[in-house]
Amino acid sequence: MPDSSLTPKNYLGVPVERPKVAFFELSSCEGCQLQILNNESSLLAFLDLIEIVRFREAMSGGGDDYEIALVEGSVTRPDEVERLKLIRAQARLLVALGSCACFGGVNQLKNRFPLDWVKREVYGEHPIETAPARPLADFVAVDLKIYGCPIKKEEVERIVTDLVIGKEIVYPDYPVCMECKANGNLCLFELGEPCLGPVTRAGCDAWCPNSRAGCWGCRGPATEANLAQMLAIMDERGFSRETVIDRLECFGGFASQVAALRAAGGHR
Amino acid sequence: MKVDCDISVRHLTRVEGHGNIRIRIEDGELKEALWEVVETPRFFEAMLVGKRWDNAPWICGRICGICSIGHTLASIRGVENAFGIIPSRQTARLRLLLKHMETLQSHVLHLFFLAAPDFLGEASVLPLIRSRPEVVALAAGLKGLANDLCDEVGGRRMHPTRTVVGGFTMLPDRRRLADFRPRLLEAAEGLRQAAAIFKGFCLPDFVRETEFVSLKGEGEYPFIGGSLISSDGVTRPETDYRLMTNEYLVLQSTSKWSKLSRDSFAVGALARVNNNFRLLRPEAQELAREFGLAPVCHNPYLNNIAQLVECLHVTGDAIRLLDELLGSAWEPPRLEVTPRAGRGVGAVEVPRGILYHGYEFDEVGRIVSCDCVIPTSQNHANIQHDLTALARQSARQGLGDREIERLAEMLVRAYDPCISCSVH
Repeated sequence: MPDSSLTPKNYLGVPVERPKVAFFELSSCEGCQLQILNNESSLLAFLDLIEIVRFREAMSGGGDDYEIALVEGSVTRPDEVERLKLIRAQARLLVALGSCACFGGVNQLKNRFPLDWVKREVYGEHPIETAPARPLADFVAVDLKIYGCPIKKEEVERIVTDLVIGKEIVYPDYPVCMECKANGNLCLFELGEPCLGPVTRAGCDAWCPNSRAGCWGCRGPATEANLAQMLAIMDERGFSRETVIDRLECFGGFASQVAALRAAGGHR
Repeated sequence: MKVDCDISVRHLTRVEGHGNIRIRIEDGELKEALWEVVETPRFFEAMLVGKRWDNAPWICGRICGICSIGHTLASIRGVENAFGIIPSRQTARLRLLLKHMETLQSHVLHLFFLAAPDFLGEASVLPLIRSRPEVVALAAGLKGLANDLCDEVGGRRMHPTRTVVGGFTMLPDRRRLADFRPRLLEAAEGLRQAAAIFKGFCLPDFVRETEFVSLKGEGEYPFIGGSLISSDGVTRPETDYRLMTNEYLVLQSTSKWSKLSRDSFAVGALARVNNNFRLLRPEAQELAREFGLAPVCHNPYLNNIAQLVECLHVTGDAIRLLDELLGSAWEPPRLEVTPRAGRGVGAVEVPRGILYHGYEFDEVGRIVSCDCVIPTSQNHANIQHDLTALARQSARQGLGDREIERLAEMLVRAYDPCISCSVH
């Protein structure tokens, strides 16, 4: 077998460079990185497209000469800020991988409470260091965001392929609801389930609604999100503000909308 | 021969999460052997407080990217036990089938992608793509099958979408489900090839007497719910899990530690095989014997083999479940849920060992308190004691730095630790 690391890749007859890619994780379940290993059918082709120089979860050793850094997780401790800044200094392109990196993810749910109470609830008086959970962009410039909890591997592969061949990365500006309709699903509201599909950024192909599970907004707001209209639907269907806020605040993508709702309604 | 040795592995690779190994030997005498966990805590137990019951499985599944199905199922069981919900037989079968495929997916990931490179002298699975393509193809095939079946039953291989309190949001497609039967039979064959590969690996010779904790099987090899048992003879009901785990805090770790009858105990595939060997399917027992794995085995490196044995068990059992599911008509996918005040515990055997989720609810079903005890956190103390014993044995044998480092890394990897999960 020829050593493909030495063979220039071709795309439609045009040679393309294999970029050096590194994976990093801050506070997270490391699931987004695993999603990449989880794509067994196209994994080998994908690995052929890039040169992975660091992927601690899957490989020992590794270099620091990467050009693209894919960073999973949110920042919840000062040492993570330092790690993130070093990564930023090295990477030509820093990609936030998944909801934790993009919005704080489920980790930011602890920010609802005073930090001292949070620490005591889990560790008692034992000393433990933590800070409010924050997205990467609160500390460094982020060049590209890959949304989702978890990320959709097909989308990652498409984005990385576009990067390698120098194509512009485009996201849909319509909501999940459109994808769900296109898939011919029964509307979750008709099944009596709450759903954030009408306001959430598409690109997941209505992953949860396809399984008759209402959307929890893990990809954050769509460009064309009509929150007021969605709240009206929720009211009409009899879903409480608590139910709506539970979903909107789960992954951190609707933080400002949740703050506004709380301020308006005096909710928890 | 007296040796000096100074090893510091900061952020051990090919494990989930962040842990460090430190070993110092001076003039043949062990000065320090340390398993340090530096992972950032995420405070799931605090973030759930005040949330309604339906948030629990959805959020808690996110504790772990590898065993999200196990966390989701433990969480669901905790909620169902608190509300007095008994899932239908169909739901129980579908959950176990889903659980089996997570076990297969996770064990194959660990055995081939994380552990095997050590035995083949490589830094990762990547060079094996070229040097041993048949091994990588075998692993990818097994893992792909398990993940595809997870998609079909749970809606998604990671952070499943269909698994809810009361059952499932929707049922798998019967025709597609039937299509998995030949693939499962093929997987059982593939696992025999995997076994042949692993027989060529040299497993380190290291033994330290250990207490093993798992679910107690009643008639079948246990995965979801039931009594708890230890190889030192302790038995307790599921609700008394705290008396089985006795969590405490140490300075060297952001994860809690556990103990039972001794200073530490182990959970995981080896613990399950040790405690429930007779309940494994005959072909799995046979495979264990071929590797000299018989209860009670005290070599932690054999956890790798116990995982392989379990792969064969769950693949065979998945065929049984598939036949039972396809042999009966579909019932409604989910039961209605009526919240009530109370406490509930869910104990589930996830790939790395027994996992507990405990919740307390108020009368409308809001979470008053939440407690998750993770397999790897139960294993940390045991890893520390093993590491000390291994370092002492290595010092006595006069092994070199690189060999000690290799054995130490392989030891921690053998536990297949899920460190971010353990800190959660």
